[in-house]
Amino acid sequence: MPDPRTDAITCGDTEDDAKVDPVTLSRRDFLTAVGMAAAGFLAGCSPEVREAYLQKHFLELSPPEVEARLGRLHADYAKRFGTQVQVSALPAQPGVVFGYALDLSRCIGCRRCVYACVKENNQSRNPQIQWIRVLEMEKKKGIDFEAANPYYNPEQVPDPEHFYLPVACQQCRTPQCTRVCPVGATWQEPDGIVVIDYDWCIGCRCCMSACPYGARHFNWGEPEVPAAELNPNMHVLGNRPRPRGVVEKCTFCIQRVRAGRYPACVEICPVGARKFGNLLDPESEIARILREKRVFVLKAELKTEPKFYYFYGI
Amino acid sequence: MSAVTVLAILVVIVRAKPVIPPEGTAANKAFSPADFPAVFAKEEGLIGAAGAGAAPPGAGAVLFPVPAPPFSEGVFPCMECHGSIPANGERRVLEAMHGDIVLHHDEEHRWCLDCHDAEDRDHLRLASGALVPFTESYRLCGQCHGTQYRDWRSGIHGKRTGYWQGSKRYLLCVHCHNPHSPRFASLQPLPPPVRPQFLRSEDALAAAASGGPGTDADTKENGDAGPAH
Ligand code: SF4
Ligand code: SF4
Repeated sequence: MPDPRTDAITCGDTEDDAKVDPVTLSRRDFLTAVGMAAAGFLAGCSPEVREAYLQKHFLELSPPEVEARLGRLHADYAKRFGTQVQVSALPAQPGVVFGYALDLSRCIGCRRCVYACVKENNQSRNPQIQWIRVLEMEKKKGIDFEAANPYYNPEQVPDPEHFYLPVACQQCRTPQCTRVCPVGATWQEPDGIVVIDYDWCIGCRCCMSACPYGARHFNWGEPEVPAAELNPNMHVLGNRPRPRGVVEKCTFCIQRVRAGRYPACVEICPVGARKFGNLLDPESEIARILREKRVFVLKAELKTEPKFYYFYGI
Repeated sequence: MSAVTVLAILVVIVRAKPVIPPEGTAANKAFSPADFPAVFAKEEGLIGAAGAGAAPPGAGAVLFPVPAPPFSEGVFPCMECHGSIPANGERRVLEAMHGDIVLHHDEEHRWCLDCHDAEDRDHLRLASGALVPFTESYRLCGQCHGTQYRDWRSGIHGKRTGYWQGSKRYLLCVHCHNPHSPRFASLQPLPPPVRPQFLRSEDALAAAASGGPGTDADTKENGDAGPAH
């Protein structure tokens, strides 16, 4: 009896051929037909759309191809937000590995950093995405993630019974998030920043389950950033507006730090708890902290080797 | 009997609805930076730079002026008044002037003239008797707070803004700590993140507005009609 599945989509094959290898042949025909249709569709499209469909992995792009992609993004954002933006692809500088330190004896849990980060990095306002999460913990208990409360909301902070531990991406030296990504859409750059190519991410969220710090966030809905609040100073692997269905996270403000500036959270923190710099420069603030203070990393036993350190400045 | 109990428990579980607390109080509303214009009004780090963000990486030439010491309006130069007032070394509550200053800084042992020079009020006075201008007040603070002074000079204590690679703007001790009451003042925290169940806040708001799941009325009605009866 002829197989109804192959019957339906084989056309033009002799019955003998179909008997030899009905499934392979019919699949090949099917794929060819689909391919032809896709090619026909793409031939009729604008170069931008073609580029979007046939794009290569970001790390395989030649300099002109990077330019082409930036051009496509510029046009796309200009149309969507009605304003000119600057998307850069500034690469890592040689001799620079970024590190971060946060003084737990200073942080008062005011959440200024959380909202400065949302603003700088064009995070969706609604559905809300926040890359920094400030955990309130009891002084009596010490660091205890089970008992931590991110929803604290007293009239005034700091509360005398509590201390505060802000957490975002720890920029691990051996990140598990990049290992598990099935398509290689997230990787560690030479300056140590773990980035995501939003054009390559398929939204499977494997990285979210691999990250031990809850640092990654998924765009379940269409991200909403009002045009008037858009930060036009963007990096292609950082704060440019994301599409729905991709993962995002802290990049140490790649658009700022690759241009020599401090991250937005460092600039806003009213108590100066946040410290940033080049780990390879012995004179930098971060290198001094590692030398002179007792620092620790979160969940050190997991061997993720974060480049985000916590210390007690007092 | 036990089947009935299990069923009753199941009914309770299924019927239980989340109680949505009043809007904005307990992480059911998505706030955005735009809701706090005062907090985000100033771009502190770039004061004095040649055009915001214009400086290239490693721009050593861009200088960031340290902000002036935070004097109360109209008090400096001090000698405009003190020049004609004889110094009064007596420990007392200030009434005629400076009534706003309440000393909470080792007040058991300290008094105005330990730090302010009796003869030249426009300067501060170190323990050695040397005078320092208000713009170098950190030298005075550093006499007692040696470890903080050391850390501040290497950028570990205090706040630096601008360029990690290039010019930095730093603050004096007194920009964060009121020298007369140096404990860092408490702040109102910005609102908590939205709890996952309210993430699509249009739903939560619509529900609250229409008296849907979780409003007070609904909870009460649930209680009345609930399986307990
Ligand atoms: S802004 Fe500074 S003090 Fe406030 S929560 Fe963030 S790290 Fe803590
Ligand atoms: S903290 Fe999580 S997201 Fe960031 S590098 Fe480490 S594993 Fe990846």
